[in-house]
Amino acid sequence: MLNIKGLKVKLEDEDKQILKGVDLEVPAGAVHAIMGPNGSGKSTLSYVLSGRDGYEVTGGEATLDDENLLELEAEERAAAGLFLAFQYPVEIPGVGNMTFLRTAVNAQRKARGQDEMSATEFLKVIRAKAKTLKIDADMLKRPVNVGFSGGEKKRNEILQMAMLEPKMCILDETDSGLDVDAMKLVSEGVNALRDKGRSFLVITHYQRLLDHIKPDVVHIMANGRIVKSGGPELALEVEHNGYADILAEMA
Amino acid sequence: MGLPDTDVTGRSLPQSGAWAKAAREDAQARLHAMGLPGRRDEYWKYTRPDTLIADDPAPAAVFHTDEAPLYDGIDRVKVVFIDGVFDAAASDPLELAGVEIERLETAAQTDIHWAKGLYGTLETNGQTPVARPLAALNTAYATDGVLIRVTGKADKPVSLIYRHENDASDAILHHVVKLEAGADLTLLENGPAAARFNKVLEVDVADGAAFHHVRAQGRDHERQAVTHIFARLGRESTFKSFTMTVNGRLTRNECVIELTGDDAVAHVAGAAMGDGEFHHDDTVFITHDAVNCESRQVFKKVLRNGATGVFQGKILVKPDAQKTDGYQKSQSLLLDDDAQFYAKPELEIYADDVICSHGSTTGAIDDEALFYLRSRGVPEVLATDLLVLAFLAEAIDEIEDEAIAEDVVSRLDAWLQRRRD
Ligand SMILES: Nc1ncnc2c1ncn2[C@@H]1O[C@H](COP(=O)(O)OP(=O)(O)O)[C@@H](O)[C@H]1O
Ligand SMILES: [Mg+2]
Repeated sequence: MLNIKGLKVKLEDEDKQILKGVDLEVPAGAVHAIMGPNGSGKSTLSYVLSGRDGYEVTGGEATLDDENLLELEAEERAAAGLFLAFQYPVEIPGVGNMTFLRTAVNAQRKARGQDEMSATEFLKVIRAKAKTLKIDADMLKRPVNVGFSGGEKKRNEILQMAMLEPKMCILDETDSGLDVDAMKLVSEGVNALRDKGRSFLVITHYQRLLDHIKPDVVHIMANGRIVKSGGPELALEVEHNGYADILAEMA
Repeated sequence: MGLPDTDVTGRSLPQSGAWAKAAREDAQARLHAMGLPGRRDEYWKYTRPDTLIADDPAPAAVFHTDEAPLYDGIDRVKVVFIDGVFDAAASDPLELAGVEIERLETAAQTDIHWAKGLYGTLETNGQTPVARPLAALNTAYATDGVLIRVTGKADKPVSLIYRHENDASDAILHHVVKLEAGADLTLLENGPAAARFNKVLEVDVADGAAFHHVRAQGRDHERQAVTHIFARLGRESTFKSFTMTVNGRLTRNECVIELTGDDAVAHVAGAAMGDGEFHHDDTVFITHDAVNCESRQVFKKVLRNGATGVFQGKILVKPDAQKTDGYQKSQSLLLDDDAQFYAKPELEIYADDVICSHGSTTGAIDDEALFYLRSRGVPEVLATDLLVLAFLAEAIDEIEDEAIAEDVVSRLDAWLQRRRD
C-alpha cells in the first residue's frame, strides 16, 4: 500500500535536513505505529506525504499503490486515498463543518469520476457517522474546528476520515490531549474503519493508544530515520524504559 | 440665483414644479460654489474622479448571464429602471399597504409635495464637514427616481431593479425614503443601471422606525458608479444597509449617517470582490449626535489581479453623544501581489463616556487553512473560494433577513463557480 524508500527532506527556506532517509512499507490492511522522541520528524513525514508546502524532497521516493505521491498535488493525494488526521487540526472561521465535508466528499468523488452525493444522502450518512462519534448537530453546523475542544477536534478528524473512506490513513498524535473516554471513542472510530483494503499509520507518543488500536508493527523514529522496527512489544519497551536504551543501542 | 441654466457640468436643470425647482436650483448653486472634485481633493486621494465627472461616460458593455437574477424567489414590489429611466411596463403596480411609492419625475411637476424638506435636504446636511459635489450634482440634475413614504410595516420589500441596456448610458437617479414613526421597510436594489451611474438615496428614519437595505451593484465589468446614501435617524430607530459589489471598473459608495435621536442603531456593511480592472471605494461618515446610539461598520474586500480597494471611514462623536458605541472594521483579502488596498479609518470624539473601536487589516489567504482543505481533497481554486466566502461572511451576516442573505450567498457562489469553470 504505502511504500517509502530512502526519503530525505529538508526545509525549503532553511538549510535544515529533517528526514535523513526514511524507509517504511505498510502493506494493505496493516496497522503500523511510529513512536519516537519529540522533534524526530514524525509530523514532517506525515506532512510531506500529504503534500504540504515548505519542504523540499532531496532524495528517495514515496508511493501509494504504485502512484508516485510526491508528484501529486495535496488534493490529488487525497483523491488517491491518502488521509492525514492532523496533530493540530486547523480552525477555519466562516466555513461550516458540514459544507466543508460535503465539498470534500464530492470533490474526491468528482476526481475519481464518480457521481456527486446528493444533499439528502450526504445528510443521512453524516448523521449516522457523527452519532457513533458523539458529534452533535451543533458541531456539524459550526465553523470547522472553531471553538471545538481538543477532544472535539480529534473526533472531528475521525469523522472526516469516516466520511472520506481513504485507503491509507495517517494519524498524527490523535491521542494527544484526549481523556480516557475520548480516546476510547476515537479508537472505536478508527477500529470500525479497519478493513483488509485499508491501512493505518499511527503516530503516537504513548503506548496506551496502542492498547486500543492494536498495531501489527511498531517503528521507532529518531533524528529523521526509522531506527528500529518490531512487534507490539516494542511499544511496551518504550513505555517502560523510554527511548534512551534504543538510541544507545543504535549509537 | 443669477446663475445660468447650465453650470460646471454643462447640464441643464430638468423641468420642475415649485418644490423641486427650489431644491434643484439650490443644489445647482451649491455645486457651483463647491466645484467638482479634483485630483488634489483630500477626499479623493485614493480614487480618481475624472471619469465620474467627464462630460460623457466611458462606454460599458452590457454583461449577459443566464443565471437567475438576485432576489428571484423573494416576494417584492418591483420597480424597474432601464438605463436610468423608470419602466412602468416592466414594473409591478406601485402599490403596497402602508407604503406610498411615487415616481420622482411625476412628483417633481407638482408645486407641493411631502418630499419638500427632504429631497436635497439630507444631502445638504451631509455636505459638512466634507463636501460631496457629486451628490449635489445628483440633486440638481436627477430626472428620475422614487419617492417612498412608509406609514406602516410593509409586508414585503420594495425592490429597485436597474437594468443596463445601452453601452453609453449615463444615469442619474435620486430616491427619497421617509419612514414615519414606527414604520418598517426593506428596500432592495440590484443591477448595474447604466454605463455610468450617479445615485443618491436619502432616508429619513423617524422615531422607532426601521429601515433595511440590501443592494447588489451590477456585474458589468466596465460600468462606473458613484452612489451616496444620506440617512437621518430618530430616537430608537434602526438603519441597516448592506452592499455587495462584484465587478465594475469604478465604484465609489459614500454613506453619510446622522444619529440624531437617542438609542438609535445604524449598521453599514459591504462585501466587494474585484478582479483586474476594478476600483472600489467605500467612504463612510457616521455622526453620533444623541445619547446611547450604536453604529457598526463592517467592510470586506477580496482583491486580485491589480484590483484596488479603498476604505475611508469616520466616526464623529459630538460632545453630547454620551454612551456611544461605535465599531468600525475594514478588511481586505489580497489574493496576489498585484492587488492593493488603502484604508483611512478615523475617529473624532468629543464626548467622554464612549466606546469606539476601529480595525483595518490587509491579509492573504491563510496557508494553513488552505492546506487543510486541500488535504481533504478540495482542489486549490475551490478551497480558495471557500475561504473567500468565509472571509466575506461577517459582512453578509449583517443582512437580517435570512432568505435574502442566503440569496446573496448563492449569487456569490454561482459567480465564483462560473469563474472556476
Ligand atoms: N516549518 C518548520 N520550520 C522550522 N523547523 C521545523 C519545521 N518543521 C519541522 N521543523 C523541525 O523539524 C524537526 C522535526 O519536527 P517534527 O516533524 O514536528 O517532529 P515530531 O513530530 O517528531 O515531534 C524539529 O526539530 C522541528 O523543529
Ligand atoms: Mg509531531
